[in-house]
Amino acid sequence: MASLRDIKGRINSTKKTMQITKAMEMVSASKLNRAEQNAKAFVPYMEKMQEVVASIASGNTGVEHPMLKARPVKKTGYIVITSDRGLAGAYNSNVLRKVYQTIQERHQSTDEYTVIAIGKVGREFFKKRNMPVAKEIIGLADQPNFADIQTIASETVEMYASEEIDELYLYYNHFVSAISQVVTEKKLLPLTDINPEGQKQTSYEYEPDEEAILKVLLPQYAESLIYGALLDGKASEHAARMTAMKNATDNASEMIDTLTLSYNRARQASITQEISEIVSGAAALE
Amino acid sequence: MKTLTVSVVTPDGPVLEDQYEMVSCKAESGELGILPGHIPLVAPLAISAVRLKKDNKTEKIAVSGGFLEVRPDKVTVLAQAAEKPSDIDVERARKAKERAERRLQAKQDDIDFKRAELALKRALNRLDVAQSE
Repeated sequence: MASLRDIKGRINSTKKTMQITKAMEMVSASKLNRAEQNAKAFVPYMEKMQEVVASIASGNTGVEHPMLKARPVKKTGYIVITSDRGLAGAYNSNVLRKVYQTIQERHQSTDEYTVIAIGKVGREFFKKRNMPVAKEIIGLADQPNFADIQTIASETVEMYASEEIDELYLYYNHFVSAISQVVTEKKLLPLTDINPEGQKQTSYEYEPDEEAILKVLLPQYAESLIYGALLDGKASEHAARMTAMKNATDNASEMIDTLTLSYNRARQASITQEISEIVSGAAALE
Repeated sequence: MKTLTVSVVTPDGPVLEDQYEMVSCKAESGELGILPGHIPLVAPLAISAVRLKKDNKTEKIAVSGGFLEVRPDKVTVLAQAAEKPSDIDVERARKAKERAERRLQAKQDDIDFKRAELALKRALNRLDVAQSE
């Protein structure tokens, strides 16, 4: 049995760890709140954008734009959104596992795909496995704004426009609730799944014409889809970290309970031993 | 006087939503003035100031590209960045202007040149709008 001092030491260190995890849990909870607000602020922009894109795409069939048309795929781009820091439970490993499996299934050689890594954990993961990372961005704020991501988003869309890649997928954790986040795969480019259903249609006049508008609109649309995924991913990150830290705190308090029990037992045992020593000492004197 | 609702939205959230009598702006194909009752229209915007008129007063919003969606009673400006004069960080815009000018002087390849040109336009637009306040 461990000595009293050993157990005491373990109780103390577990208590300290618990303080930290508890603080992190609360910090993540407030960050999650902010992230949800950011995601909410983004909704009107996205909705409007979808409405206009859908009405142009469905209105006239004569319009053509490379972003709307699928072409033979020589190289695929994967945008992977992960966090910069760990301690978020299975948040990163879920996404990375899914991407890794997909890439292994779909591609034979590293020439057929490239990764655009958002977040440090993802970047390290792909670099370590010698997978091509075309672009990367790390050190994003917990509450990112559009300007932070604009460069990488427009460069990525530009990669598609210049036919460097022929399709583009997006992988991130979709925020369902504080306790549930689902890994989501989204095909970003070409934009084939713009469905105008359920939206009220307006027939617009176009100034100067549809094609000129699509040229402005579609890259902007694709970029905002990336930003939307990032906001969603950030909310998931905070939620995942909050849950992970809550579990850690719960585990720590359970451990403290068990340790306290064995501490008390050990103390009782040593008292009992002392008493019996005194008693037997006294008995020997008689 | 009839009015129309103008809302300016960016990915970072709505910038403004209010009633105005007239909207004038610079589309890529030229100046546009929009009064209430306009037919539905979509037009890409140049990097410029959107002018909103109400009670003989004009408010300006600095817009970095994006586009304009018009309905008879509502105008929506969808831009990747849009600021009211009071929200513009003049110091940052000035720095961006200097940076862009330096890059233009250096004359690198085409893409960088174009990017610097756009950055310069955005910075000048912001400074312009901020000074008109």
